[in-house]
Amino acid sequence: MKIVITIIGYDCVGIVAMVSTTLAERNVNIMDINQNIMNGFFNMVMIADMDGAKVSLTELQEVLKTKGEAMGLQIKAQSEEIFKAMHRV
Amino acid sequence: MVRTEDIFETNRMIAENKLDVRTITMGLSLRDCSHPDLGIFCTNVYDKVTRSACDLVRTGEAIEADFGVPIVNKRIAVTPIAIAADACRTDSYVAVAQTLDRAAKEVGVNFIGGFSALVESGMTKGDRTLISSIPEALASTEHVCASVNVGSTKAGINMDCVREMGEIIKKTASLTADRDAIGCAKLVVFANAVENNPFMAGAFHGVSEGECVIHVGVSGPGVVKRALELVGGKSFDIVSETIKRTAFKITRVGQLVAQEAASRLGVQLGIIDLSLAPTPFVGDSVAHILEEMGLESCGAPGTTAALALLNDAVKKGGQMAALHVGGLSGAFIPVSEDIGMINAINCGSLTLEKLEAMTCVCSVGLDMIAVPGDTSAATLSGIIADEAAIGMINNKTTAARLIPVPNKKVGDVVEFGGLLGHSPIVAVNRFGNDAFIARGGHIPAPIRSLTN
Repeated sequence: MKIVITIIGYDCVGIVAMVSTTLAERNVNIMDINQNIMNGFFNMVMIADMDGAKVSLTELQEVLKTKGEAMGLQIKAQSEEIFKAMHRV
Repeated sequence: MVRTEDIFETNRMIAENKLDVRTITMGLSLRDCSHPDLGIFCTNVYDKVTRSACDLVRTGEAIEADFGVPIVNKRIAVTPIAIAADACRTDSYVAVAQTLDRAAKEVGVNFIGGFSALVESGMTKGDRTLISSIPEALASTEHVCASVNVGSTKAGINMDCVREMGEIIKKTASLTADRDAIGCAKLVVFANAVENNPFMAGAFHGVSEGECVIHVGVSGPGVVKRALELVGGKSFDIVSETIKRTAFKITRVGQLVAQEAASRLGVQLGIIDLSLAPTPFVGDSVAHILEEMGLESCGAPGTTAALALLNDAVKKGGQMAALHVGGLSGAFIPVSEDIGMINAINCGSLTLEKLEAMTCVCSVGLDMIAVPGDTSAATLSGIIADEAAIGMINNKTTAARLIPVPNKKVGDVVEFGGLLGHSPIVAVNRFGNDAFIARGGHIPAPIRSLTN
């Protein structure tokens, strides 16, 4: 299953490192990253592959949420299907 | 690959505009539960509901987590009890309602619908037993919803039952007087009731439906309002197009959730109900969509036209996004569940008569309307008859969910709590109709040509 991870919050050192380490430790493969900073606000969208992951999506959501909150970030991980369904005919 | 702006748009709809899937409703046949012994019938019902729906809530929550979209309600609709329990040798179905209530609690759903009878042509013994059991059934249960279909385009209107329903509503109000007549919020009187409606309080599992099926009701008035804010001042052509595009996106989420739920539960995929269902929370109002089109307050001249456009565009946009469409598809206008409707009643722009006109062009009908406690049974029956006549003549589903709140009068406010919301007491026409309602009998089915 492909998932979409969205990260929103104030920019600080180590956001990409934290997210990518968290994913790598659980064998979640990053396929695409799109990131920018607007007025000090950090926006990142990652597409990742859960096939071969050591954890379930629910467990990943939980750990990303906790680690994100510790850095003042909102992190959501969702199945890619909802975006495909809504935006593709 | 999905585009970044689409990802943010979807998540903004969910986080800021309250996009949600309003309900996953499992329709379940109880036809095989029949038994002459009431106790055995109740055991059969309890066992079947708890066995079939044991994973419903957990599955709904798992889908909610995977897609990151809230699924507000998980519910069950069963075969109309007047049919399923017709064989029981009993003069009361209150025990059946209590059984359904226990089963609902056991599986964790918030409502179970189907304490229902379909009597537009006439009544069986089971229908009579069910209707007379409604007040006590609703007073002694928490999660059970009841509905009675009194009319249809093909059968006309059963005015004997219309008369009786006025009295049943009054009795239900009186038995739940200590809770502001909450029993009446769980009772719908229909014309042209549909068999695959996932929304409460009128959901039941029609006799032509399969064994077990998943229906999904979508929502998202906030998303439509937000989309219309971006085309302020533009022509109605643009308004309609914008609503269609938005409804398509909303419905695609519903379709995805429905497919996923049916597949994970291993049951048949039913219909998507293309609905705009409001909640009492700010940013989730159908009335505010109408006001966004340029009306000072819902109920102002133009409201019916605005609602007609909205209702039609939602269906056009949603139709293409869903595999099978059904249920009550359209915009709902429940008064107590819509902050814009509540404000409109409070400021005097919206009246019961205007609401009745609006029901000609939108989904369902006079919904969640709190009326003075001294409103007579005949007056309630008269309102029901008017609403049923609109449905019968216009070949559409209409309904009345009226709540005569004991000891409350116009100017008072009633609080139902949760998604049922709160409402000012709505003024009712005080002129008499006792002789009209006393006639009884049947209003014949209408002619389908000479459509003037």
